[in-house]
Amino acid sequence: MSTAVEYSDVRGPWGRVARRGALVIGALIAVVLVAALAGPRFGLMLAIGLGLGMTLEGLRFGFAGPWRAMILRRDPAGILAQLLSIAIVAIVAIPLLQSHAGELVGAEAPVGFAMIGGAFVFGAAMQVVLGCGSGTLVNAGSGNPVGLLALPFFAIGSFFGAYSLVWWTDLGSLPIIVLRGGQGLAITLVLLGAVAAFLLWRAAPGTRRIPGRYIAAALLLAAFAIGNLLVAGQPWGVVYGLGLWVAKGAVGAGVDLSGSAFWSAPGNAARLGDSVLTDYTSLTNFGLIAGAFVIANWRAGGLSAPLPSLPARAWVATVIAGLLLGFSSRLAFGCNVGAFFSGISTGSLHGWVWFAAAFAGSWVGVGLRPRLGLEART
Amino acid sequence: MSRRIVALAAMALILLVIGMDVTASPPNPYTAPSAFALGSGAAPSGGFCGALPD
Repeated sequence: MSTAVEYSDVRGPWGRVARRGALVIGALIAVVLVAALAGPRFGLMLAIGLGLGMTLEGLRFGFAGPWRAMILRRDPAGILAQLLSIAIVAIVAIPLLQSHAGELVGAEAPVGFAMIGGAFVFGAAMQVVLGCGSGTLVNAGSGNPVGLLALPFFAIGSFFGAYSLVWWTDLGSLPIIVLRGGQGLAITLVLLGAVAAFLLWRAAPGTRRIPGRYIAAALLLAAFAIGNLLVAGQPWGVVYGLGLWVAKGAVGAGVDLSGSAFWSAPGNAARLGDSVLTDYTSLTNFGLIAGAFVIANWRAGGLSAPLPSLPARAWVATVIAGLLLGFSSRLAFGCNVGAFFSGISTGSLHGWVWFAAAFAGSWVGVGLRPRLGLEART
Repeated sequence: MSRRIVALAAMALILLVIGMDVTASPPNPYTAPSAFALGSGAAPSGGFCGALPD
């Protein structure tokens, strides 16, 4: 038993209550402070991010892990829960996007060569570090050193991916195709059901059920994702905020971003001068990290585990994978959150193509992970 | 060394990002949009990873 656990036990139940009370009060103060400094919408967005982080860490749910479970063990439970969550969001979001087209927008992006290649690379990289867009943030907040090291390089990669996005997109893209209205919702639900049926067909015996913990996670994720859409007017995303932090830092250091068609575009140029507390994806990203931090601290001995001993090549691989996660997710018009979860649930065809390409990449990544020293070779 | 130090470093990272940004670009609550985009009558204007540059 570690020293931290022993210390926690010595303080007894009252010490635990005090610690947990401080965590709750700290989270509430952060939300109120952002609402007071920037406005109530932005306080709500931080609260949604905290809820997402608490859900993912508290119920030990994610995206990369369930895909790995399907590839290695033919266990579809986690992906089925993801599809359930996406379906619930789609049932609410697709009709709302049609009835409130002037106020809400979906995760709509074109399918193209760079988009498909980016999704493939993202799928591979997220299996190497076992952390996707949301997962890297949650991992960092819950004390995973691989997640913490990958995070800044994820942000740097996102900045450079966005910087060159237009060049990559010009290599060849289809027009944006969106499944809209009642017909679009029906097609989306049928496709989700077809994927679920395929996964159940391929599942190993004894794995054809979704545990209650995953169902709870799917329902909570759906609720927070819908909340994200209603409050921000746009779906849940991750990687824009990460790239924005680096872009703001670059501008602060005197770097001229006028050479980038992306960062010099009016909307993005304006956001470079606005507070990061008014950027939706930044706020939910802060919340993901802090929410995971709250839950990890909440658990008895949750942060007392020793750090893993990994070879040097594993840390080098983490840095490279972090850069690739950021760069590729910009070319792919999103990560597992912005493209897969939000793209499919708001009817964008690119979400489906992202899913297929990233899953293929995940097969490669699962094989690379032990070779790069991030786990014992089997 | 335990995971606690890593988790604290992650929190320090986001506080650093926010702290540096608030001094350079302080937010203005008097220009804030309504609490909910739905029903606001305003067009969505946030940055998103799926959006092409406008």
